[in-house]
Amino acid sequence: MTRFVPTLADFAAALADGSHVAIPPDYSGVALAATRALIARKARGLRLVAVPQAGLQADILIGAGCVAAIETAGNNLGEWGLAPRYTDAIQRNELRILDATCPALHAGLQAAEKGIPFIPLRGILGSDLLRIRPDWRVIDNPYGEHDPIVLIPAIRPDVALFHAPCADRDGNVFVGVRRELMTMAHAAARTLVTIETIHEGRLLDDPALAAGTLPALYVDTLCVAPGGMHPLPFGNDRGDDAAVAAYVQAAQSRAGFDAWLAAWLAEAA
Amino acid sequence: MSAFTPAELMAVTMARLLDTSRHVAVGALSPLPATAALLAQALRPALRVTILGSRRHLAFTDGGRELFDCAAQGRIDTFFLSGVQIDGDANINLVATGDYAQPTKRFPGSFGSAYLYSLVKTVILFKPEHTPRVLVPRVDFISAAGVSPPHEYRPGGPRHLVTGLALFDFIDRRFVLRSVHPGHTADEVARATGFEYAADAVTETPAPSAEELAALRGPVRSDVAETYPRFAAKSFGV
Repeated sequence: MTRFVPTLADFAAALADGSHVAIPPDYSGVALAATRALIARKARGLRLVAVPQAGLQADILIGAGCVAAIETAGNNLGEWGLAPRYTDAIQRNELRILDATCPALHAGLQAAEKGIPFIPLRGILGSDLLRIRPDWRVIDNPYGEHDPIVLIPAIRPDVALFHAPCADRDGNVFVGVRRELMTMAHAAARTLVTIETIHEGRLLDDPALAAGTLPALYVDTLCVAPGGMHPLPFGNDRGDDAAVAAYVQAAQSRAGFDAWLAAWLAEAA
Repeated sequence: MSAFTPAELMAVTMARLLDTSRHVAVGALSPLPATAALLAQALRPALRVTILGSRRHLAFTDGGRELFDCAAQGRIDTFFLSGVQIDGDANINLVATGDYAQPTKRFPGSFGSAYLYSLVKTVILFKPEHTPRVLVPRVDFISAAGVSPPHEYRPGGPRHLVTGLALFDFIDRRFVLRSVHPGHTADEVARATGFEYAADAVTETPAPSAEELAALRGPVRSDVAETYPRFAAKSFGV
């Protein structure tokens, strides 16, 4: 049964320390207000899996000491360049990194959606990723001849965490064209979603809306958090470039990041 | 019409390589390729352009996976890749310099390169910085391999490399210097390149035409700004 919780603190409490958490890229639906609540409750030992690349959210969580490991095809802040806390943590050996490639992460989640243990994928052969990812195996295509092909194990996160435009009171969540959010939710054991607003009416009654709706059967916990993706762009909101720029500048150093984080937490308190 | 910026020359040179493409896709962190693709489309509207991060130029409705599924089916003719290092076998490194486990400098990661480099028929490498630091004898980490053993399934791969100094083709598993950009010399290219390459019949890269520059500084610039506002603000016009 989908549960609405009244505050972001309640929402953050539903995500246990040590969880394997799927997160979307910066252009999709990033639950940043929930991220702030996770940091406020001192979440620890999270194992992030980026779908397929990380950005601001992962950088902040890493800087705040919440992350033990991250599996990602990359982490970068768009035109702002390198993700400073991510690169620094790897260079200092403070973060376990599982380097991946975008289609492998999508495919691993698709395997989990289907309840199968692995999925074959073209390409990747010859990449050093195969050297550092012993869990990615190469077999000979059983339907071909002398045709090596890579196998990606299913990715089954404990939690899918994202932000969406709206949900109805039954817990159905509208994600629109952002279908990687649906894949994440299908693959994960539980899905936690913050939403801009409640949709009065039933999303599944309107075929146009139903096509972009994640059914409540996948959704565990919901919390209304208007502006929950600030400062990243979301829908018709162009985002707050100056705020991202201020983060990138501050986060170049540990001390700068700590000061930025203290101010960010205080903003919500 | 004579003056142009280095970014404009690279974009024009990359755009001309799209002359037979039906569908070009542009990945993350790729303002120059986005510019080249939109310029090529401005001059030849039949070209289909997909730009990740754009709203206007992204016609996918099946989530992040769709680009990769399209690529594996051969529905994308051309893609652009770059690297913090590129070597003479056209291997690219997007991960780290130094030892992988204890990197000297860590970079974002491989993104889709390990997959798309093998599957998209024509991959155009681009790198504004043309120095021995970037164009190395051997990359420290192979994000995506330039060449493959003959039995491996590989419908695609590297075909060209465009830098701030020159245009190379990749033919028979090696780079061949095709043209040197105006204002630079073949000797300068040789000194700045850390890997071996072939060179014969080297010409000068043609400067942007009046038509190309007009498109670049007009509709293309504003179109690029939708996805890459900072790049668009600083890269066009002299």
